[in-house]
Amino acid sequence: MTQVTGEPTPSRNGTSTPVSDGEPRRPRPLTPEEEAQQFRVSQGFYARAWGKFRHDRLSMIAAAGIGIVVLITLLGPIVCEFVLRTAPDTIMRMPDGRVAVLQPPGERFLLGTDDLGRDVLTRLLYAGRISLSIGFLVAFISIVVGTAAGLAAGYFGGWVDDLVNAVIQFVFNIPGLFVLIILSVVFQPDVPLLALIFAFFFWPGTARQVRGVAQSVRNLDYVVAAQSLGASNFRIITRHILPNVSNIIMVVAGFDVGGAILGESALSYLGFGVRVPLSSWGNMLSGSIDLFEKAPWLVYPPGAMIFVTVLCVVLLADGLRDALDPRV
Amino acid sequence: MHQFLIRRLIQSALLLWLLMTFTFFLTRATPGGPEAAFLENPKIGPEEIARIRERFGLNDPAPVAYMKWLGSAITLDFGRSYYYLRPPLDIIQERIWPTVQLGLTAYVFAFLGIPLGVIAAFHRGKLPDVIIRVFTVLWDSMPSWWTALVLIVILSTTIHWFPQGQGRDGPISWFTHIIIPAMILGLGGTVAFTRYVRSQVLEVLGQDYVRVARAKGLPERIVTTRHILRNSLLPVVTLMGGFLPGLISGAALMEGIFNWPGMGRLYLEAAATRDFPLLLAIITMLTLATLVGMLIADIAYGVVDPRIRLAQR
Repeated sequence: MTQVTGEPTPSRNGTSTPVSDGEPRRPRPLTPEEEAQQFRVSQGFYARAWGKFRHDRLSMIAAAGIGIVVLITLLGPIVCEFVLRTAPDTIMRMPDGRVAVLQPPGERFLLGTDDLGRDVLTRLLYAGRISLSIGFLVAFISIVVGTAAGLAAGYFGGWVDDLVNAVIQFVFNIPGLFVLIILSVVFQPDVPLLALIFAFFFWPGTARQVRGVAQSVRNLDYVVAAQSLGASNFRIITRHILPNVSNIIMVVAGFDVGGAILGESALSYLGFGVRVPLSSWGNMLSGSIDLFEKAPWLVYPPGAMIFVTVLCVVLLADGLRDALDPRV
Repeated sequence: MHQFLIRRLIQSALLLWLLMTFTFFLTRATPGGPEAAFLENPKIGPEEIARIRERFGLNDPAPVAYMKWLGSAITLDFGRSYYYLRPPLDIIQERIWPTVQLGLTAYVFAFLGIPLGVIAAFHRGKLPDVIIRVFTVLWDSMPSWWTALVLIVILSTTIHWFPQGQGRDGPISWFTHIIIPAMILGLGGTVAFTRYVRSQVLEVLGQDYVRVARAKGLPERIVTTRHILRNSLLPVVTLMGGFLPGLISGAALMEGIFNWPGMGRLYLEAAATRDFPLLLAIITMLTLATLVGMLIADIAYGVVDPRIRLAQR
């Protein structure tokens, strides 16, 4: 078999793309309060991680960014109803009664209107709900399934390991976008089903990472001790192995959210993802490319939202990786 | 080596078969049956549909149809396209060459990641490393298709031109048309290669044999080329194979955006018209190509890297 040295890396869209070099940021000199904290025995793993994370400015900005994006998409309907007085499917009209088709951004329509006369800002807010829920849903399913499979493979080894590995290889090697398109044509999925289909391509990345850690922990003394004390496999896995992979899970989840948002947007852009009349950041663009000379304002906002969201998620995951690394 | 090869061949064949079976039954599971696309056409009456069903073998129960399809697919006969009414392989043959051109040019861009990764590793933590790191994170957060759209907007508003389709008037036209889609397609690979090479070089830099080479007074140039680069760049061969599925998926997007007349575009068209024989043919051939590519990359790695060659014995 081929051996790839270096850290195992999560993957998106089926290729093994190393997502980051996994190199911890250089430690800062400790502040007095941190030094004091180091001597406090009771400080747990997560409290320490939070202490580190809090001082990582870039990660804090990223976390704030995600918070803002989530907040405005959550509050979107309220804002639309009471402030903008719009709904995603209403066709807007000009004061003289004409349908407001392709109005440039201005006082009346903050981000302009599209070719059917719908308000772009309103649609952007509603689309964010769809895109984000797909992102988080995919990450959630991928984590649950991937962790279970990875733990089982890493802990039990043998044929369980072979089986899980074979499935991982299978999913990695199929041309993801093509299968996604055929699945989308056949099932015409709604949002939860679409998330489920995406998760099918994401969980092997999680499983591979979790498996690696579980394998390295399996033979440590405390696990052997628990085994010889007669603890059940279930107890050993949940009590002694799961805590070791919890930090990896958080990091992988971050990359999954970003990857799923990107993937959904690509599929929706092609017209095989979220279907009209629902809007997602991806499908808001699918018609606009033909209009870009007349209405460039249709191209930039959805793309910018995806960019900001994914950038924040990736930076946050990277920051979490550093903060949760017990070696630093 | 032989054992390894045989195992990989069996694995690949099994994977291909699984995927073919999976996709075949998927198309059969379509609500309204595979002929649903015809039903939407009001001009086609019931007896017309019955004739079409007969002609495309849709009256067979799924297992029978599956055996028939699999049997002929092994001989590369995928039936007839619903839309083009020709064997899918003929249509694929017309469309495969543009995709190969696009893919190979994209690989050229992806290879830029090797020098970038080496530079980043040798200047770890310094300005070049930071710049490269920022570039890779930014590229990862932007949907490549959106970058393509923005480029199109910028090009068409500034110079009133953007690449659409394949350039057919001589090499200059060919070059200007292929360069942008290939670049966007390849940059995903550039980022992956950069990261991978960087971590590889960093790992080798910390090895004892590098310290020994320096300690015995070898010129830095020799240490770099013979000891560091030779050891750290070998595993890149596997990444070349690993980049292939992503490249093929990405090609579909780029072909759709830039109207590139390749396989990806053909697939999108076939999906839109629900031309299932053509879809199945494309997906089978692409998976086959991917598997062969990965297999070649793995074998190449075994050949060039003595560590693997010995381990496989």
